[in-house]
Amino acid sequence: MQDFFAMGGYGFYVWGSFGVTTALMLLEPLLLRRRRQQVLRRLSRSRDRARMRSHKQQKQVENNTAKVKHETQT
Amino acid sequence: MSINWFKYSSPVSFYPLAGRLLPWFAGVTLVLLAIGLYLGFFVAPTDYQQGEAYRIMFVHVPAAWMSMFIYLVMAAYAGLGLIFNTRLSSMMATALAPTGAMFTFVALWTGALWGKPMWGAWWVWDARLTSELILLFLYLGFMSLQAAIDDPRRAARAGAVLALVGAVNVPIIYFSVKWWNTLHQGASISFDKAPSMAATMLVSMLIMSVAFWTYTIAVALQRVRCEILERERHSDWVIALVQEKQT
Repeated sequence: MQDFFAMGGYGFYVWGSFGVTTALMLLEPLLLRRRRQQVLRRLSRSRDRARMRSHKQQKQVENNTAKVKHETQT
Repeated sequence: MSINWFKYSSPVSFYPLAGRLLPWFAGVTLVLLAIGLYLGFFVAPTDYQQGEAYRIMFVHVPAAWMSMFIYLVMAAYAGLGLIFNTRLSSMMATALAPTGAMFTFVALWTGALWGKPMWGAWWVWDARLTSELILLFLYLGFMSLQAAIDDPRRAARAGAVLALVGAVNVPIIYFSVKWWNTLHQGASISFDKAPSMAATMLVSMLIMSVAFWTYTIAVALQRVRCEILERERHSDWVIALVQEKQT
């Protein structure tokens, strides 16, 4: 076991190579997963905002028509 | 019978396809990495000249191959995007660049760690090493150029020109060991010679290479999915998709 990690005296070089490669190949998918979650969160937020905006606008339109109706009646 | 060759060239139909393919490529990558590492560390014999240090080659060679292949594929996609104005091709080019840069860095890093005990130097300004370093700068240049331009269509065009011009560097890297008298050794595997290494070493290296390929495909597919969502965020299907995800 100890021999295996020593790599015939080249342990530092061999594990330095495999370690950094493994770390990068784990880090990249993790960063991508975070990016995907962020994109989805941002999109759903902007959708909520858009919906709220359209809701507000609709209310305003309703208010305006009500006002106009009221004014024309009086 | 007519085949619609462009069916998957539109982001709407490619997005779900990429999602379906993704777990397969990820799964195959894990299996192949396990096999390749097992063969590389426990089955392949110790090299009579380099001792155990040669095992670095099991990541160095596949990473170096990938760094060049990815660049060519990226340049091809960028070129397609430039000629046919297909958004998805440009997005694929953008999605491949970070992984290509990562493998270029891995090739340089593992090369340095191999070079120190074998050559006695972390780095030499030899044609192979220098052209590989230029490849890293090309990737980084491509990525920062695209990040610097706000309009995605202009960013895609500018990036494509850079990628295509930079493609000249890839044959220079590949043939550098033949054209110049370099410290770097010749090609590990070439088409005109019988392989000069033990069969188990060769098999481990090839399995690791295929694993790096499937890894690249999986990561690129996931990245292009993010890219599609961001660029198509105003389209009806993305809005519907987000809505579906939320409920």
